[in-house]
Amino acid sequence: MTIRDDDIAIRIEGLENRFGEQVVHENLDLSVRRGEIIGVVGGSGAGKSVLMRSILGLRRPDAGRIEVLGADARSEDEADRQHIERNTGVLFQDGALFSSLTVGENVQVPLKEQHPELPDSLRYELALLKVKLAGLPADAIEKLPSQLSGGMRKRAGLARALALDPPLLFLDEPTAGLDPIGAAAFDELILTLQRALGLTVFLITHDLDTLYAICDRVAVLADKRVVVNAPIEEVERFDHPWVQQYFHGPRARAARQAGTGTAA
Amino acid sequence: MRDESRPPSLATDDATGHLRLAGSWTLVHAAQMGEALRGAPEGVSAVDADEVDRLDSSGVLLLLRFASRRGLGLEHFSFHEDHRALVEAIEDVADDRPKKKREYGVIAALARLGFAVHDNYREILALIGFLGENLVKFARMLAQPRRFRLTSTVYHMEQVGLDAVPLVFLLSYLVGAVIAFLGANILRDFGAVIYVVELVDVAFLREFAVLLTAIILAGRTASAFTAQIGAMQSREEIDAIRTLGMDPVDLLVMPRVIALLVTLPLLTFIAMIAGVLGGATVGAFTLDIPPQAWLSRMESTIEVRHFLVGLSKAPIFAVIIALIGCLEGLQVEGTAQSVGERTTSAVVQTISLVIVLDAIMALWFMQMGI
Repeated sequence: MTIRDDDIAIRIEGLENRFGEQVVHENLDLSVRRGEIIGVVGGSGAGKSVLMRSILGLRRPDAGRIEVLGADARSEDEADRQHIERNTGVLFQDGALFSSLTVGENVQVPLKEQHPELPDSLRYELALLKVKLAGLPADAIEKLPSQLSGGMRKRAGLARALALDPPLLFLDEPTAGLDPIGAAAFDELILTLQRALGLTVFLITHDLDTLYAICDRVAVLADKRVVVNAPIEEVERFDHPWVQQYFHGPRARAARQAGTGTAA
Repeated sequence: MRDESRPPSLATDDATGHLRLAGSWTLVHAAQMGEALRGAPEGVSAVDADEVDRLDSSGVLLLLRFASRRGLGLEHFSFHEDHRALVEAIEDVADDRPKKKREYGVIAALARLGFAVHDNYREILALIGFLGENLVKFARMLAQPRRFRLTSTVYHMEQVGLDAVPLVFLLSYLVGAVIAFLGANILRDFGAVIYVVELVDVAFLREFAVLLTAIILAGRTASAFTAQIGAMQSREEIDAIRTLGMDPVDLLVMPRVIALLVTLPLLTFIAMIAGVLGGATVGAFTLDIPPQAWLSRMESTIEVRHFLVGLSKAPIFAVIIALIGCLEGLQVEGTAQSVGERTTSAVVQTISLVIVLDAIMALWFMQMGI
């Protein structure tokens, strides 16, 4: 295992993913810098989720190199796998909370698994802290996922993703299905946590508001690869039909105004 | 990047009397952090954490606990610039605690018992209510035949009936053979081996065929009904059916009830044949009763009423299995665990109810001399 560049959290080179005849990714390159929030956008079926699953090792790509925090994501080596698992947190689309466990128990699952030596009281305190950091009231720790609203489930999922204080956080459409107020609050939360915990955030989204409000760079997935990966002002000007349509539609105009408004 | 960080350490600064922290105060070193803080000297006036390499939320949490134990305010702590945002974020939420829950061992156990009894009572009421609802909807369907879902009914007949034939046949055949063996062993002492024919035939025609079939279908079909409808319930498909102006009972329950009403008697008949065949096989190979002898004795000694008694129970069991399976499915609440719990409950309820009813009916038929 070699560390080539300490500033790069995720480095993908020549990634290829195929489902039978259908090619999802071909020659895809992407690098994510440490400490940035990168927004990944692309049309439905462009392979955003497949990309995330490949990085996380949930799917074995057909070709290419993926390096996560210096470890090879395709490696079969137990130590490499554990290194990646301990250092990444994932928020799935609907939270993917274990429905039979309370929120607190959900957050404690990774702690128990990775740090069995922790005393119960400390584990509970840590779980409580993460629940509160994710913006939930302390009482929510005793609740079952089915007793929470969609927005609260996402926050609980975020609390579980943050359980191990991972430097790298993956978010799959964190604001999908939230009302605009809830979505804006969630954006704010991600930004706050990213600053407080020094996270690198890999964020899959369709939400233009999120892109303008919190993303440092935006990577566009189209034509089976990342066509552009740059700050949003540059991406807007990028000459590609999908990009132009995406960033210059009626919704994008409103989001741009709102985004620059809050940034200023 | 592997974790090659220095473990957490603390030392007292002789010049200032401050506690000086160094190393990496992260979750990986939770045990050392706790130990180091417990071993901290008394009378610390301030803590310098500027030189800590890495600090995560578990480190901050332990430091805050240490602070409250020693009665130190956070103003006596100094942190590295990079860590301040984290400490502030955690400080902000530190005061919010969940309300204490009170639990009493014995009283909680009694409460659970009470809830369980009450739940059972409600389940029984719900089942009776559901039976009534189904009878009404069935009558309505007779009046308005267009409500009948033929395709769905035939599909379920295949699923619960045709596909179950091999299993029902095999199990009944084996049980028939076992009964013949057991019976022959005892009857041989009396020189009455030939009565094995009556034993197997009566047992299967009156009781075992229908009971075995019902139990097999309770395990195989009631659970499937609950899981199918439960999965639909948890994905709001049932609500979608209602909002589209359709009736979930008409759409989902009726076809299943009718399919079972038709197929359970047929399966029972197959089970009867299989059981008798099992007995006859044992008779032919080990008891010196050739099949012709078995059949002719069966014809001369067994009355049709045994067959009718057995078959008369089949529709009742069919309704019980279908109704409980569907009702439990409709009662699923959202979670994956709920589907599992309801499925278990459906199987347990149907098997118990089938056996209890069978016993009651056996008594009734015997008293009536049928």
